[in-house]
Amino acid sequence: MFKIIHAEFLAPGIKRFVIEAPRIARKQQPGQFVILRIYEEGERIPVTIENSDPERGTINIVVQAAGKTTNLLNSLNAGDSILDVVGPLGRPSEIANYGTVVVIGGGVGTAMAYPTAAALKRAGNRVVSIVGARNKELVILEKEMRAVSDALMITTDDGSYADKGFVTDKLLQLIQNGTRIDLVVAVGPIVMMKAVAELTRKEYIRTVVSLNPIMIDGTGMCGGCRVMIDGKSEFACVDGPEFDGHRVNFEVLVQRNAMYRTAEQKSMEEFKRNREPDHVCQSQGVQP
Amino acid sequence: MSPTARNSLNVLSPKERMKVPRQAMPEQAAEIRAHNFEEVNLGYSTELAQQEARRCLECAKPVCTDNCPVGVKVKEFVELIVAGDFLGAAAKIREDNVLPAVTGRVCPQEDHCEGNCLLSKKVKPLGIGYLERFVADYEQRMGNHVLPRVQATGKKVAIVGSGPSGLTVAGDLIQKGHKVRVFEALHELGGVLVYGIPEFRLPKQIIRQQLDYMREMGVEFETDVVVGRTVTIDELMKEEGYDAVYIGTGAGLPQFMGIPGEHLNGVYSANEFLTRINLMKAYKFPVYDEPMLDLHGKSVAVIGGGNTALDAIRSALRLGAGKAYVIYRRSDAEMPARAEEVHHARQEGIDFQMLTAPVEFLSDGKGWLTAARCVRMELGEPDASGRRRPVPKAGSEFDLPLSVAVIAIGTSANPIVQSTTPGLGTNKRGYIEASEQTQRTTRKGVFAGGDIVTGSATVILAMGAGRRAAKSIHEYLTTGEW
Repeated sequence: MFKIIHAEFLAPGIKRFVIEAPRIARKQQPGQFVILRIYEEGERIPVTIENSDPERGTINIVVQAAGKTTNLLNSLNAGDSILDVVGPLGRPSEIANYGTVVVIGGGVGTAMAYPTAAALKRAGNRVVSIVGARNKELVILEKEMRAVSDALMITTDDGSYADKGFVTDKLLQLIQNGTRIDLVVAVGPIVMMKAVAELTRKEYIRTVVSLNPIMIDGTGMCGGCRVMIDGKSEFACVDGPEFDGHRVNFEVLVQRNAMYRTAEQKSMEEFKRNREPDHVCQSQGVQP
Repeated sequence: MSPTARNSLNVLSPKERMKVPRQAMPEQAAEIRAHNFEEVNLGYSTELAQQEARRCLECAKPVCTDNCPVGVKVKEFVELIVAGDFLGAAAKIREDNVLPAVTGRVCPQEDHCEGNCLLSKKVKPLGIGYLERFVADYEQRMGNHVLPRVQATGKKVAIVGSGPSGLTVAGDLIQKGHKVRVFEALHELGGVLVYGIPEFRLPKQIIRQQLDYMREMGVEFETDVVVGRTVTIDELMKEEGYDAVYIGTGAGLPQFMGIPGEHLNGVYSANEFLTRINLMKAYKFPVYDEPMLDLHGKSVAVIGGGNTALDAIRSALRLGAGKAYVIYRRSDAEMPARAEEVHHARQEGIDFQMLTAPVEFLSDGKGWLTAARCVRMELGEPDASGRRRPVPKAGSEFDLPLSVAVIAIGTSANPIVQSTTPGLGTNKRGYIEASEQTQRTTRKGVFAGGDIVTGSATVILAMGAGRRAAKSIHEYLTTGEW
């Protein structure tokens, strides 16, 4: 059991948890993630590590409610426990002094981009960060990102905060202004990472993206997280989650992530029904 | 057990013993079991067990034991069954095998003890596996374990992986008085026994009982620890004070064929398919949250001819598959799966497409599998494995409509431990280098065995490596000599 020490919403539907996990806290490096399972009948899902405190023995995870498990997770609070948390998984980000690095965080992906940005800054890079979100409310970790960036730009799809537009608009501006960019790190929705990679490909700028395929064990055993890199299978959990964005087949990732959509919807509907106050639980164990 | 007592109980002469037929294993009817996950084999009754035990020729030189990877004293435990001392028989097995209820079910006895049974020269071999299972289950029902008491040595051993190999090392070393802690990456203990082998061949309850027994003996377990990521081997030894480490991380990364369409939705590795079912209970969705594709009425094929392939396709059948195929590129004779499993699978209605291999997975244009384009093969000259090489027959291509394809063609080495343990030698294929006699690796105090050393093999071979490792770990801890 892994105890939740603290929990707070960073934005509607996006919650940060501080969890007691001393072993993971000691080892966590930027770019890595955990897999968790809330309760006995629960599924295993990969979740972003935003930060860790080796001395206190805690890790911070950030979760956006999407399906049943993430909604359930976001209903937990300080004092509650999570049955299983395993990690840190995946290969850490490659941190070096590259020169100027543009770190892009889209939506909840900003939580994954943040520790990498911080580490790149510590390694002596000039870090230019771009944070994008659908609207003002969904901009997260602005203060944290600002603290580790030489410059921070923010975009919202609807213009309700900062500049209206997409992260790629800002990236394009930087390129057009003649900014020398040695590396781009992009973490966020697949469409965003793909758009970034397409933009930088033309400019020959090395681009790292962090992929989020469906996963079960997270140790390379199941192969469910296979992604197509240069036409070949690689496993996001052991070979990634970070890959050269110019080699990733994003279409395959989108397609594979939709594999269980019907089941996920069914889970979610059942979950919502069960939440209604006068509902009497009557799960019947039927097939999806 | 004195010879007199034995002779008075088994009064049959060797000739008479050979006339007693091998007692058949009672099993669930094929048409019923094909729709449930209950165990196929039901186990011997006391009468059947004793009748079978009386067939033992009590050879002066028991080759059965010589050919057992863990050296179970077959003749002695079988004699105890004849004598009606079933708990004694269980204790006798436990001297060499910490998981008798498991091996009694999944060990390929035909390749080991039974394959060399003297009876098999004339008639069917002694049902050693069935007898082992009988005594292990009897012991479990009686709940009458005799726990060994040993003096603590003060030495600590970390075991990486709670599969058959790691559990064997743990069971052997705890009986020598060492402190033993087993680290498991998944949330449940048992390794391949829980995520790989399905309920109908090895009920999970059996593994839980064996684990409880080990806990009673004093073995400690810690789940959710991926050694190499959560903690390294060096940290275990230097910071957590372990005097020795055993690496038994098991079968590694699933292999794919590298043919077009392997990324389509509906194409699984056997590891993923079985993990969803066995570990995550996806077949109980939505009571359990982990989803899997609905197989009801669907055409499902597994590619491969090993036990894992059969476990996968028989699971698919139980999940409602309308058509269930095994696609195997060689012929029956080369199939690595156990004969009993192949027989059971045929009884259940699995369609075996032998001498056939997929060359491409076809899609509906929206990313979903619709068929496997296959080619028929014929057998040519023997290849490096000694088996005749399958060669495609020209013009034999055909499309097999499929909703789900499960690839069960083996695994390659998982790199996590090797890549985070400096100085740990590996071979060309990335498996850990370990002595065949002592299971020592190139790192002092670090031992390894099972699939992470040999590549995919069987439960009993992994347990055999565990036995050798436990012996040499004990020697190392006692003498300090490397």
